[in-house]
Amino acid sequence: MSSTSSIRNVVLAAAFAVLLTLPFWMPGIYYINVSSQVLFYAIFALGLNLLVGYGGLVSLGHAGLFGITAYATAYLLTMGTGHILAILGALIISLGATAVFAALALRATGIGFIMITLALGQIIWGLAYRWISITGGDNGINVKSRPAPFGFDLGAPSEFYYTTLIIFLIAVVVVAIFVRSPFGAALKGTRDQPRRMNALGYHVWAIRFWACMLSGLLTAIAGVLFVYYTQFISPQTTSLTSSAEVLLMVIAGGPATLLGPIVGATLVVVVKNVVSGYIERWNFLLGAIFVAIVILMPEGLVPGFARLWRQGRQALRRRNSVALAANVEPKPAERKP
Amino acid sequence: MSALTVSKLCKAFGGLRVTTDVNLNVEPGERRLIIGPNGAGKTTLFNLITGELTPDSGSVHLHGQDITAVPSRRRAHLGMARTYQIITLFARDTIVRNVTLALLGLSQERWNPLSVIDRNTALIDRAHEALQQVGLRHVADRPLSQTSYGEKRRVEIAMALAQKPKVLLLDEPYAGLSIDERRDLQETLRAIPRDVTIVMIEHNMDVALDFAERITLLHFGKVILEGTRAEVVADPRTKEVYLGH
Repeated sequence: MSSTSSIRNVVLAAAFAVLLTLPFWMPGIYYINVSSQVLFYAIFALGLNLLVGYGGLVSLGHAGLFGITAYATAYLLTMGTGHILAILGALIISLGATAVFAALALRATGIGFIMITLALGQIIWGLAYRWISITGGDNGINVKSRPAPFGFDLGAPSEFYYTTLIIFLIAVVVVAIFVRSPFGAALKGTRDQPRRMNALGYHVWAIRFWACMLSGLLTAIAGVLFVYYTQFISPQTTSLTSSAEVLLMVIAGGPATLLGPIVGATLVVVVKNVVSGYIERWNFLLGAIFVAIVILMPEGLVPGFARLWRQGRQALRRRNSVALAANVEPKPAERKP
Repeated sequence: MSALTVSKLCKAFGGLRVTTDVNLNVEPGERRLIIGPNGAGKTTLFNLITGELTPDSGSVHLHGQDITAVPSRRRAHLGMARTYQIITLFARDTIVRNVTLALLGLSQERWNPLSVIDRNTALIDRAHEALQQVGLRHVADRPLSQTSYGEKRRVEIAMALAQKPKVLLLDEPYAGLSIDERRDLQETLRAIPRDVTIVMIEHNMDVALDFAERITLLHFGKVILEGTRAEVVADPRTKEVYLGH
């Protein structure tokens, strides 16, 4: 047990070192940018995982929330506000939207929750397409520049990468603490036994609502990073496909785990951006990978590999102990009758 | 003042009247047994008392306070705890985490998103105490999925006891237990201090009889008979309704 956790610590430290030095050894700006994408999609997936994994509430409308933040940032910037005001305004607007989403969707759980979030997401997508005076319709909105706080110009790929990395690490720490906290335990409780939680004195609806809000906050933060990254927002971002993609990240990586959504985000973004350069039908490949995950590791990549690791160790230990037992086996002559 | 008073409680599911004008008066510290054949409305009565079902008419008072309109989660805060006939536990967690969740339910700490439960030693200690009461302290850290059915029944009771309830509602706590397990559980229940009022549903009269001071007999949603143990056992209606012909 302790050796497993120390191995995990070594792996995590190595991953941290890799992330920290990434711009120095990545072969080219393109890959640094892909890394930034991985990080903010990971924040997005971490946020969705709070609901899907820990709350047992599957949302298919999160791209709508993501899009609202991105549109709000872009729109406020075109109105001539500064970056700080645009970002804060966008976060507030999307938290308000999340509250409305949650209040409507939490009328139901299970399939009902999925369908309501799906419908809400589609409404946002429809608005993005049709409310041309605000969203620019199909043309979208351009963001002219990235912020440059204290002369730290986020227009440069490495600078943007490091900013995203810092926000990503904060998000990971926050989620890691949250899932070990009383509130996190209560959220998991409402997933497993809502009726019992209610009888124990918990306000099940309120727990789910605040979990939606935290999920929405992480989604919104990812949305701000996204719009500054692409410097462009169009209805495509709010589409059902985008929602499904993030859900895919969570499910492929392993819902209700901390690392799962990060691994899932890496997988999807890399296939989408890097592998698509070599294989034209990358969507097909992504689908095939997903089917393979579902068949071979239905619990997701992170728990799946953890299981293989445990089984491998057990098999090894068993073989060793069998070998040991064979060595100390008394000779036939010494055996008692 | 009575610990628990139920007056003229009625509940119907469509045309099926499952609770009809039920009156119940349980004194503080009393051990009350509710018996009745399958489908008599025992569990429904519990669900009405805890607020998981809303009665069509009638009222429920807890220590003199009218709680008929109080949401069921608030009733836990007012000192009402229950166990379930069908085990309703957190299967992915350890035994001690199950009890910890019960403790957190009544504490403001349950909203805290920024502390780590496992570092809250005071809380964990209290969970261990509750497990001590039901004789499960030595397996506290075992995952619930690796515990026996009898142990799960005890976890149910430990969770209820951890909340230090004034009124404890036990829904068939002996269901599915072996003879030895029943005997252990009888000891556990007997050791519960008298400041806790206990109402117990038990389908099987043999195991619960010596526990009860007063017995209420339900049949088709109505109270047929209520009295001391001796009275109810001696009454011919008990035999007729409950024990068969």
